[in-house]
Amino acid sequence: MGAASPSAVERIKAESRGLRGTIVESLADPVTGGIAEDDQHLLKFHGSYQQHDRDSAEARRQAKLEPAFSFMIRTRLPGGFCTPAQWLALDALATRHANGTLRLTSRQAFQLHGVLKGDLKRTIAAMNAALVDTIAACGDVNRNVLASPGPAASPAHAEAQAWAVKLSERLLPRTRAYHEIWLDGAKVAPAEEAEKILGANYLPRKFKAAIAVPPVNDVDIFAQDLGFIAIVEAGRLAGFNLTVGGGLGATHGDAKTYPRLADLVGFLTPDRMLAVAEAVVTTQRDFGDRGERKHARLKYTIADRGLDWFRAELERRLGFALEGPRPFKFTTTGDPFGWSEDAAGRWHLGLRIESGRVADVGDRRLRSGLARIAQVHRGHFRLTPNQNLVIADVEAGDRWRIDALVAGYGLDAYRRSRAIALESLACVALPTCPLAMAEAERYLPSVTAAIDALMEKHGLGGEPLLLRVSGCPNGCSRPYLAEVALVGKAPGRYNLHLGGGRDGRRLAPLYRENLDETAMLAVLDSLFAAWSAGRTPGEPFGDFLHRSGRLS
Amino acid sequence: MAASLPLPVPQAFPLDAERADQLAQLVRGLDAPGLLWISGYAAGLAAAGLAAAAPATALPAADADAPWTATIVYGSQTGNGRRIAEALGDRLLARGVRVRVARAGEYAPKELARERRLFVVMSTHGDGDPPDDARPLTDFLFGRRASPLPALEFAVLALGDSSYPKYCEIGRRLDERLAELGARRVVDRIDCDVDYESQASDWQARVDAWIEQLPAEAAAPARVAVLRPVASAPASSRERPFAAEVLANQRITWGEGVRDVRHVELSLAGSGIRYEPGDSIGIVPVNPEATVAAVLAAARLDGTDTVERDGRQRTLAEWLATGLEITLVTRPLLAKFAERGPHAGLAALLQPGREAELRALMTEVQLADLLERYPVDWDAATLAGALRPLAPRLYSIASSAREVGDEVHLAAARIDTGGGSTRPGAATHFLAGRAEGATVPVFVEPNPRFRLPADDSRDVIMIGAGTGVAPYRAFLQERIARGARGRNWLLFGARHFARDFLYQLEWQRAQKRGALARIDLAFSRDAGHKAYVQQRIVEAGAALHDWLENGATIYVCGDATRMAPDVHAALAGAIAKHGGLPLESARERLDRLGADGRYLRDVY
Repeated sequence: MGAASPSAVERIKAESRGLRGTIVESLADPVTGGIAEDDQHLLKFHGSYQQHDRDSAEARRQAKLEPAFSFMIRTRLPGGFCTPAQWLALDALATRHANGTLRLTSRQAFQLHGVLKGDLKRTIAAMNAALVDTIAACGDVNRNVLASPGPAASPAHAEAQAWAVKLSERLLPRTRAYHEIWLDGAKVAPAEEAEKILGANYLPRKFKAAIAVPPVNDVDIFAQDLGFIAIVEAGRLAGFNLTVGGGLGATHGDAKTYPRLADLVGFLTPDRMLAVAEAVVTTQRDFGDRGERKHARLKYTIADRGLDWFRAELERRLGFALEGPRPFKFTTTGDPFGWSEDAAGRWHLGLRIESGRVADVGDRRLRSGLARIAQVHRGHFRLTPNQNLVIADVEAGDRWRIDALVAGYGLDAYRRSRAIALESLACVALPTCPLAMAEAERYLPSVTAAIDALMEKHGLGGEPLLLRVSGCPNGCSRPYLAEVALVGKAPGRYNLHLGGGRDGRRLAPLYRENLDETAMLAVLDSLFAAWSAGRTPGEPFGDFLHRSGRLS
Repeated sequence: MAASLPLPVPQAFPLDAERADQLAQLVRGLDAPGLLWISGYAAGLAAAGLAAAAPATALPAADADAPWTATIVYGSQTGNGRRIAEALGDRLLARGVRVRVARAGEYAPKELARERRLFVVMSTHGDGDPPDDARPLTDFLFGRRASPLPALEFAVLALGDSSYPKYCEIGRRLDERLAELGARRVVDRIDCDVDYESQASDWQARVDAWIEQLPAEAAAPARVAVLRPVASAPASSRERPFAAEVLANQRITWGEGVRDVRHVELSLAGSGIRYEPGDSIGIVPVNPEATVAAVLAAARLDGTDTVERDGRQRTLAEWLATGLEITLVTRPLLAKFAERGPHAGLAALLQPGREAELRALMTEVQLADLLERYPVDWDAATLAGALRPLAPRLYSIASSAREVGDEVHLAAARIDTGGGSTRPGAATHFLAGRAEGATVPVFVEPNPRFRLPADDSRDVIMIGAGTGVAPYRAFLQERIARGARGRNWLLFGARHFARDFLYQLEWQRAQKRGALARIDLAFSRDAGHKAYVQQRIVEAGAALHDWLENGATIYVCGDATRMAPDVHAALAGAIAKHGGLPLESARERLDRLGADGRYLRDVY
């Protein structure tokens, strides 16, 4: 990505003829494996990013070769709901056109990495043939809508999922560019595809929406631009509490940027959900900062103008006032693992997928194993916001079949893993993410082991600890909500954030800047000593740090 | 009022009175180095402009009023033929014979009728083909338009490679045909193999002997009659190469499954060496130490024995390292193995009809492998005597001096021969081992047959595969530096887009600045997209035909055995299809373009 100025992106969108740009011409250009710079911005709206192998870029430049460009393709998959047939289709594409792995993202979507330009169209077309699209998976639009997959399906979870699909579809771009470019669809006059909600220039910045079902805050609702907290009364969905203005992205050394928790605004009944969502989106469309992309998320619009202004604008657009929020309680952001049974007698198996990477590595043959399971599984899959997977909706009589495959392919590591290794999150980062400043996914296993060893040393072995690693301050792995977060600053160096809440309602402030691993472990060593000595029974690390005043 | 020149001039003096006056003033009082410099400068001018601009008319035609006493015509693809022809020219000149040396492409066949003495040095390529620019001459002579030549005396030296079935075919046919047309053969033909030096000097000696018995020529010796478009540059030669400093040495391919191609930048600072895009650079290599050791071990010799060869005394190890060819296997070398040992299989392989197997063997093995495979008792002198002198390796120059100043760039593909063991080729290994700051002995090998159009408004179509793209980097740099208005079109083929798209970033930059009007690419090993460059020619046929009609020049550089014939066929097909011609006429059109200097090939 070039250092395009924010206004440049607005210009590119405005001149894009409904997100078409010159993508078709770029795809046909044989001289480069990349696409034109303007098209790189537009391609995101179609669900793909141009990337390159950063490990080899400099050596290739010296060899007078361009970087090894490839493309990441991200699916739109509301609530992370996926059928076995879709899984198999994506698995086959990963082998045929990508790097042989699937990645489950922190937004419940799939990512394919390493797709070459010449294979991009056929890959996206094949996904659509399997009824998985990639529209608006990236770009200045509403991204994939999250919904709690639940430890076990409840009627409220099923409703949350249905609303996630409706919300996603309501906020989709209306342009037919996607169908023209990737699916050889008929050309349509731009007048017929007016963007009534998103606007001709689309949103000022990315926009994230989620639906949470308490008491599990797996979607990290307070990190979302738009959140709906399901209020379940007497076993049925009474409505939602609305949250607005969360967001974690920030820029190192720029005080105008910061992570922000969402505000709780009020309560609404389900029939008003789409209208409320539309009013929030159009308010941000009309008032969001289009001059400075680092200051363009909804959180800044609200922070700058005030929550009262926002509520008034919202209610003006809706024509009615929201009720006050109803009580709810979150207890955790984590996923449960292993089997659980729902009220209807169906079974669900939560599996840990470290960093969401579905690959065959040694005797942990996750990719092969899950493909085999997809061949026999008669229910569905749910991707979780913690990059994990639920094999959902299994009949009791089929459990043995799944169990045998899970054990045979080494998918049952969760049985033996420490708590710290079950909860962690890491973004992709190097070598493909163009934003990464340091390692994340590739660093997670070793840093987890090092921190686990320190905990063991202080008699804390096996205690839960929410660890998140991010290659840059933009926050794909939601680091600012973790108890211990490493935010990449430079190769081998991280900012250390500490003290997030285990319910996702408390941010982790910056504790030390620019540490290498040795310095970071030394800091944790002394804090773990204090935690071990001074904790109340079962007191989590983040809570202890706050109570003991170490973060003030 | 004409000032008089300090020496008598021949009747065929090409300058008018005014120019002669200017020349006389120019040379008055100059010492020998000054005179030599002017001679070289003029030769350089001729090489750069005149010959390339209008090859058929660059030299004054012989006529009855001013007969050339002897003409030497050469057809040469690698420069060996040219060197022999020029050396012969020098010897005849020294004997007072008025002589002109012409490459076949600049010699008009109709002049044959007026020639009195003709020496032909002609190489044969591939499947009995002449060098590209000799085709008009050979077509004329072998065709029905050739008229009797009863007044002509002639001699032919044939060059070739005995591992091909039609060894020295063109030289042999020329020799027979001239006799058939009634000309008198004054010296018997000699067929020279790849190690041509000793056979060529035998032929020279025969020619000398024949000259010796001729009556003295009339008029004054022609001291200034020959301005050869080459070699006067005294800066370097294959005998006295210049030690060029390595400025950069960088692999420019990526990963596995593709050749190791090196981009090498050398400094010519202080050498006085000049070159033109299209020329080649000769590298005088040193053989890999490990290969020398392997040869000595396989021959069971320690290398310390002193061996005399070509008047020089050196140890065998020294000979093997810097004097003799140990990485290339030739037919004569195999013949020597067969002679010396009881190796019936090898002897059988040398029989007619098994050339393909022989060639396969020759590309697979090096000397050390032969020594192991066909054991014979060798002593140092015999082994040294069996090997041909270490020949310089030629690479197309990949830079324009207008762009890079006193540097020269080249692209060298590393060649490893198989044969069980993997042994590196001499020069690429040598180059690969030269880090920045080391020196490499180099000289420039002019290639006047592969030049940009003198007219910058002409379009050029550059077709190449692999390192065959190197001269086009030079061409493009030159055209940009000159501000040439003509369009440039590159058609390039390699194996993998991501791994051996040589100079990718530079083509992209040229395209962005508008210097590369069009680029078509073919990658033969990319799954799902496999193609060769000739397929792109077929696809782009209509545009290609348009460009040709518009006066474009086509260049082809790279592999001679597969790429060049396929490209030739594709070009003929495109001309036939889009020009509405029968295929045969399209081929003739290509031949005419070749004769006109608009279809130029540098293939090897």
